[in-house]
Amino acid sequence: MSVFVDAGTKLVVQGITGRDGSFHARQMMEYGTHVVAGVTPGKGGQRFEDTVPVFNTVADAIQETGANTSVIYVPARFAADAMYEAADAGMELIVCVTEGVPVLEMTKVIPYLRERGTRLIGPNCPGAISPGRSKVGIIPGDICREGHIGVVSRSGTLTYEIIHQLSRRGFGQTSCIGIGGDPIIGTNFIDCLAAFEADSDTKAIVMIGEIGGTDEQNAAQYVTDHVTKPVVGFIAGQTAPPGRRMGHAGAIISGSSGTAAEKMAAFDKAGIAVMKRPADVVPLLEERI
Amino acid sequence: MNLHEYQARALLKEAGIPVPDGDVASTPDEVERIARAIGTGVVVKAQVHTGGRGKAGGVKLAADPGEARAVAEQILGMTIKSLTVEKVLVAPAVDIASESYVGIIVDRESQRPVLMVSPEGGVDIEEVAATTPEKIFKSTIDPRFGLLAHQATAAAFRLYPDIKQVRQAAVILQQLYAAFIDAGASLAEINPLITDDTGNVVALDAKIAVDDNELDRKPDIADLRDVSAEAASEVAAREAGLSFIQLEGNVACCVNGAGLAMATMDLVKFYGGDPANFLDIGGSSNPDKVVTALEIISADSNVKSILFNIFGGITRCDDVANGIVTATKQLAFDLPIVIRLTGTNEELAVEILEGAGFSALTDMDEAVQKAVQLAQEAA
Repeated sequence: MSVFVDAGTKLVVQGITGRDGSFHARQMMEYGTHVVAGVTPGKGGQRFEDTVPVFNTVADAIQETGANTSVIYVPARFAADAMYEAADAGMELIVCVTEGVPVLEMTKVIPYLRERGTRLIGPNCPGAISPGRSKVGIIPGDICREGHIGVVSRSGTLTYEIIHQLSRRGFGQTSCIGIGGDPIIGTNFIDCLAAFEADSDTKAIVMIGEIGGTDEQNAAQYVTDHVTKPVVGFIAGQTAPPGRRMGHAGAIISGSSGTAAEKMAAFDKAGIAVMKRPADVVPLLEERI
Repeated sequence: MNLHEYQARALLKEAGIPVPDGDVASTPDEVERIARAIGTGVVVKAQVHTGGRGKAGGVKLAADPGEARAVAEQILGMTIKSLTVEKVLVAPAVDIASESYVGIIVDRESQRPVLMVSPEGGVDIEEVAATTPEKIFKSTIDPRFGLLAHQATAAAFRLYPDIKQVRQAAVILQQLYAAFIDAGASLAEINPLITDDTGNVVALDAKIAVDDNELDRKPDIADLRDVSAEAASEVAAREAGLSFIQLEGNVACCVNGAGLAMATMDLVKFYGGDPANFLDIGGSSNPDKVVTALEIISADSNVKSILFNIFGGITRCDDVANGIVTATKQLAFDLPIVIRLTGTNEELAVEILEGAGFSALTDMDEAVQKAVQLAQEAA
């Protein structure tokens, strides 16, 4: 089993002929993801890599291929419309990799998608991978292994680092979800914790947060109330100075709310094993499983 | 991106909000001229991107143009929280009958813009939130419809007993929302929103923070960036597409990805060192970016060792390796470099680095420990 993406994922790549879209479409195809269609307005009728049909609209792509998931690589100024289009076409799941979508735009995208029953992962996220089954986004497939750990993270390369530590020491993953570092995102920690709790194959959960906001504190409360599986957590930004933006728009600490110390304390209180450094992930899992 | 007060009040004025006259100046001569044109007593306010200007002596009243000149001489060039004051706002001194707080922020929790008002104005709103949260009134806005008239009016009733003032304030709140949206802001606040001696509602101070992701589609707002108010190294980094923040320590960190960069800084600290900076070279790094990154970090005289931590995904390790080799040839510095690379094209990168006399590690902890140790030996 796995969460959000699996062998049944039939993927549309929005922006398949662009620089990033074409590179990652190939990577996903090599990994074994069912890439059933691409969308680039004006390039309908072409074939990507001689195999994948390209359509002018997402609606055409769904009608012709029965796609249920889309991944967005279009430039930031077109990303919101790409999300609206996919939702209007009836997409079940959208993964928006694109970075730089204005936050005010997201305040409108989120309710629009919710009203149409479409799940969004991201924006500004590395996507999701269920090792051996499907990869949607940009997480390098070769660092993942099939197994029983669920990974959820706000980060990109830090997630890879932790997946790498897990795989190297024999802890494969059911699914790894990068939810994105922006202040307003479609799928949060709680959504992923609920999915991993419900997934019978997942034996333990690794949650990687960072400074800024209160998502991790809310997630800790959720763990206390609803999660029976062992959870191991990490917070990046323990040494970040207050009030400074650290690359991710989400990672701003102002005042006392959102500091690493506060989040680690919330984890600890919820019985989540807190890593001091990425290399702690395996020893802590070994203690708990 | 933070706007200066004088820029923010100009945007509010454009939106129709009553704001006292005034102008910005960078010399005492200009201050004297503006004060003379205003004709009454003035307030001279330092324009720097930090709070606590008043406490630091950066806001002063002056009764006449001569005194305005004298206080400007004190304020211009002074340092507030390590920022040098380059500009001051000169505005008429106003008699204040009451002070309130009004602000709009994007709230992560509700994923919507939220209007906040409080009759406790003129003080730090975080302090009000901490000590008397019941004095803050919040209203969640549906961005598809904007701040509705009845929401603005209900908020204004929390501030004023007088219906004339309520109506004035309600209009101002809707104008503030329009300015917030037009600027692509993540925060727009008026603190204090005052009533003056004639009973009119007036915006006395303004603060706007713009979402950096909006700047591409809002060139007029992007033009408001004041590079003189930022550290030179941070400006250079931004222009090169790097995300950089100067810190106080001596282990320079060059990492791809913000989360991994923060985790690397944390690990430096964990092993007893002190990070000199936060630096994210981004996703698709080309060798030129690495050269710029090394230029910026090696210009910091505190730096005793340089640590690269690269997890190749989209970033190709060989690109970073080529950048390191090129930069060290060009820049001729003798700081020790510790390199950790793993992921895409790792073998190629190791070959390139070894060919140029560097060695590369694959374990993050080992690399961080070594960089900390080298910095401690050199300190």
